[in-house]
Amino acid sequence: MLAIDAVSYRYAGARQPSLHDISLELDDGEVLGLVGASEAGKTTLCLVASGLAPRAIGGELRGRLVIDGVDVSAEPMHALVGRVGIAFQSPANQLSGVAGTVYEEVAFGAMNLGIPRDEVIDRTELALESLRISSLASRDPARLSGGQMQLVAIAGLLAMRPRYFVLDEPTAQLDPAGTKLVRDAIARLAGEGASILLAEQKTDLLSGLCSRVVALDSGRIALLGPAGHVLADAQLADLGVEEPSAVRLDRLARGAGLDEERLRVDMGTS
Amino acid sequence: MTIGLAVENLVHVYQPGAVRALDGVSFAIAAGERVALIGQNGSGKTTLIRHFNGLLRPSSGTVLVGGTDARMQTVASLAHRVGLVFQDPDRQIFSASVRAEVEFGPRNMGFSGDGLQSAVDHALAAVGLEGDETTNPYDLGASRRKLLALASVLAMQTPILALDEPTTGQDRRGIDRVRAVIADVSKAGRTVIAISHDMRFVAEVFDRVVVMRAGRVVLDGPPASVFARSSWDLLRSTYLEPPLPAILGDQLGLGSTPTDNDLIEGLAAQ
Repeated sequence: MLAIDAVSYRYAGARQPSLHDISLELDDGEVLGLVGASEAGKTTLCLVASGLAPRAIGGELRGRLVIDGVDVSAEPMHALVGRVGIAFQSPANQLSGVAGTVYEEVAFGAMNLGIPRDEVIDRTELALESLRISSLASRDPARLSGGQMQLVAIAGLLAMRPRYFVLDEPTAQLDPAGTKLVRDAIARLAGEGASILLAEQKTDLLSGLCSRVVALDSGRIALLGPAGHVLADAQLADLGVEEPSAVRLDRLARGAGLDEERLRVDMGTS
Repeated sequence: MTIGLAVENLVHVYQPGAVRALDGVSFAIAAGERVALIGQNGSGKTTLIRHFNGLLRPSSGTVLVGGTDARMQTVASLAHRVGLVFQDPDRQIFSASVRAEVEFGPRNMGFSGDGLQSAVDHALAAVGLEGDETTNPYDLGASRRKLLALASVLAMQTPILALDEPTTGQDRRGIDRVRAVIADVSKAGRTVIAISHDMRFVAEVFDRVVVMRAGRVVLDGPPASVFARSSWDLLRSTYLEPPLPAILGDQLGLGSTPTDNDLIEGLAAQ
């Protein structure tokens, strides 16, 4: 389990904290959805959960980060990589910049963990295959489309095989096909026992994938609970979060005086 | 000024011997139309709209902007007619303050004095950045930086506005801002062309949807026909899914209901 315990965090040079007294547990094999308006603190929470804040970016952290029962607050970053992996919102910030090909880029993280060469090769090929980007292997990572770059960044993370994944809007630049590949990869990882903190604006993606969802508002937890409850909470709209399509249509049907049960149709044949 | 544009047999090849990113695209957009361009990553959408303002030139075929061959117009003169907002705002933003960023385009076009001030004020207000004029763009979060990039093109008041994935990374309020901007621009008789993967946004905001696959246009029509059941196989061949109300409406025997309103009205009338 990865636990964030009573955490407040202030960026270096900022007057106000961006997170206030957050306590959150990411259970083994769990996909925990993270929603909130822009600038509500989603990315900051991702940086704290992955250990990068404050280790890599400075700032002031209060509270504890606990991984597998051990307070890692005093541990350096290199002790955490390999256990917790993060995919940044902008893949251009993620790529190493030193790899000449997509293949080397995907292998880069695993290689730096000191994993034997054959194993790195296996992991790299599997990661490329699982996101259907094997055909990009020989391409220059700097000359990919935004969507392709995002898949390459996630593949590099998959090859590192951390136990805990922190994904900050991993599908922001992806088309529906790429989004589905990432969705399937997340479901598979969770099935294998990995834990995933998934920040997303696309609530349609979260329903059905997450066991629980946490909603942030101005750096504080506003809602936390089973995905079905949080994603159907009327407060979501006030928090600046898009409701899932099915929730929205139910609400509109009720508002028009119609029985929302009429919208329960078998989608299997569509 | 209201003008339209047209492409005839447009072919674009990035490097000799490479695939045809555009493989013979022809269509015309009338002045004042709101057109969405959809299709999977790599289908040629971005390549196409970069021809509208001369950032890319045809390998063969013709681009007509306001009835004149774009080849006969310099990038500078096309910039007066077509404003293009990139998908990634960081490829566009370079000024030290929000106001300076928005002033740059219209000033280069010859706006000055009160005219310049009012164009900038109006654009900043349209995206909700009027309180951030002295802020450094890189102190804004990613979603507001994207709105800033939109404002900086909006301020040029071009008769044609081309937007590359304007809603990605935006929360509910950001998407509402983008919708309001498009409604405003459209009300003024200006032409709007937007690339999007957000099918709800596409169905609710645009009069016409152009579907691209592998460098060609495969479907072109109003949302009610592009998202009608008869088109689903073709949509799915390029990994697109119709919006949820379209699927529900079909299952409920309501015909083609691409938007929430279509579905709820159809249900109420049933």
